[in-house]
Amino acid sequence: MRRVSRIEGFANDRRQAGTSRDLSGLAFTSSYLVLLVLFGVFPGVYAVFLLFAEFDQGTPRFFEAGLENFRIAFTDFRLGEVTLNLAKFLAVSVPLGVFLVTLLAVLLHMRRSRGAAVLRTLYFVPAALAGVPAVLLTIFMFDPNVSPFAPLLRMLGNESVVNTLSQGNLPTIFMIISFFAGAGAWIAIFYGGLNAVPQELIEASVVDGASPWQLAWHLKVPMIKPYIIYMLVIVFAGNVQLFAEPQVLKAAAVAPISPTWSPNQLAFSFAFELGLFGVAAVISLAMLIVGLLAAAIVLRFTDLFRT
Amino acid sequence: MALSSRRRILGDRTGPRLAIGERLPWHTNIVRRIVLAIFAVFWVVPVIWLVLAPSKTDNELLDRAPLAWGSWEQLGETWTDLYSFNDGAILDWALRSLVYALTALVIAVGTSILAGYGLATRDFAGKRAILALTLVTMILPVSATVLPLFLGMNFVGLLNTPISVILPMGFFPFGTYLAYIYYRRSLPPSLLEAASIDGASHWQAFRKVGLPLSKPLLGLLAFLNFTVNWNRFFLPFVMLNSADTINLPVGLNALVQSTSALRPTFLGSTPIKRPEVALASLILAIPVAIVFILAQKYVITGSLTGATKD
Repeated sequence: MRRVSRIEGFANDRRQAGTSRDLSGLAFTSSYLVLLVLFGVFPGVYAVFLLFAEFDQGTPRFFEAGLENFRIAFTDFRLGEVTLNLAKFLAVSVPLGVFLVTLLAVLLHMRRSRGAAVLRTLYFVPAALAGVPAVLLTIFMFDPNVSPFAPLLRMLGNESVVNTLSQGNLPTIFMIISFFAGAGAWIAIFYGGLNAVPQELIEASVVDGASPWQLAWHLKVPMIKPYIIYMLVIVFAGNVQLFAEPQVLKAAAVAPISPTWSPNQLAFSFAFELGLFGVAAVISLAMLIVGLLAAAIVLRFTDLFRT
Repeated sequence: MALSSRRRILGDRTGPRLAIGERLPWHTNIVRRIVLAIFAVFWVVPVIWLVLAPSKTDNELLDRAPLAWGSWEQLGETWTDLYSFNDGAILDWALRSLVYALTALVIAVGTSILAGYGLATRDFAGKRAILALTLVTMILPVSATVLPLFLGMNFVGLLNTPISVILPMGFFPFGTYLAYIYYRRSLPPSLLEAASIDGASHWQAFRKVGLPLSKPLLGLLAFLNFTVNWNRFFLPFVMLNSADTINLPVGLNALVQSTSALRPTFLGSTPIKRPEVALASLILAIPVAIVFILAQKYVITGSLTGATKD
């Protein structure tokens, strides 16, 4: 007993003594540190300066703008519309996405057969289409003229792609795109979490007469709660940044869509069409704050970090 | 004997045994199978359609069954049409995407491994600050940093150069964080002490002890970095603005925009129509699909869930 503690003390001492005047740690970290400063710290700090900067022919004049950038951003006539668009998209995509991923992971996990493993792979492979290809494929899938789902689309009263991609449907369409490319990876992660549920607990519940649904709802889902919360935070923060989907839909020009459908597109338009980088920075900051606030609220009302 | 071999077949591969109690009532299993099948259709049918579409003409896409195969000749025609767009631009885009993603990958994995190793095995001034900044930049959304980066690149005159996308793509805080955790767990200080007692320099200790332990980590970091960077859209869309620098996703967006290939009523003379767009999308997806299928068993179900657990 005494010997053990002496050895531990020795190791601790050595570690402290051997490392305090040592520059090798910094040497190992230096190449990353350069990137961290250039592409992590600099943009973060510069974004704050941009909030109060005025631009003259692309040349910034710092602190000249005062609160003008905020005034322009918050009184823009498109702001209400893009916020509403984004709110609708988030309201559909976040809860439904998390619910369906949980449901599918639980269903797959009810019987861990070869077939379930194959399905997990099949669900995951479309992630290879993430980004521009997923948007283009979605346009095809919602065009009753070429889609394999045409009978379903017609049954729902859509005669052409202009009907299916109408303004009212867009939040749902964008939800389907992000779910199509993103859900498979989350299902795999949730499934891994379900595998970590102790077998004894499952067996004990079954002996007590729990049905597969009760087992899922009262034991398995609570056990993967950290993953569910993690997904909520990540998907919300990611979906606030919506850009590629409406942008590519606009480029394809198959159905009328507002050139600035999402807040991120509005920021892009301010920066690169009008040269008002400060105003764009204000909108980017607002999106960042919304994402952080949502994360804080989710973490506040769940016990993710309370162990 | 028979029982034990049966057991081996059923369970031992990835752990979970087929528990007695999870034998499902028939009605539950029917509901389960129907739901799983509906989603299998949702994910698989569009992919099959996309694979088959380039083998048909645009008219055949309209007239024939959606999941019918066209012909090899037509597939060749579709490729010729796609290749004719700006004299083989599709190959330039793809090659550039590959160069950008692979260069960024080397930078990202190299710096992450070195930094993760240094942070995990050494103590030095500023270490806590570096770790904290890494965590903060990990959650910072791309759209919040792209704008200041654009102005910075503009200031140093690097806009519309490969460097303007490769270097930001090579900054990989998540990878550094994963490497840090990995070395913290897998490298006991005693092992490094033994190496330093044997007279190895810090660099030699890394080469002889740290690096050989890093194989699974290298694979995971390369996988994560490549799949994100190969189909990057927003960053290159902002930084690159000419035909001789853009990558495949930005090129595909330009292709669709400049040819109006997807507009149902547009009677253009361009050979770029729906089958060509489908083929271009497929080309963009294939490398990642291959990486997924090769790495799926190891990366997705194993290390990745292991990394977020704990």
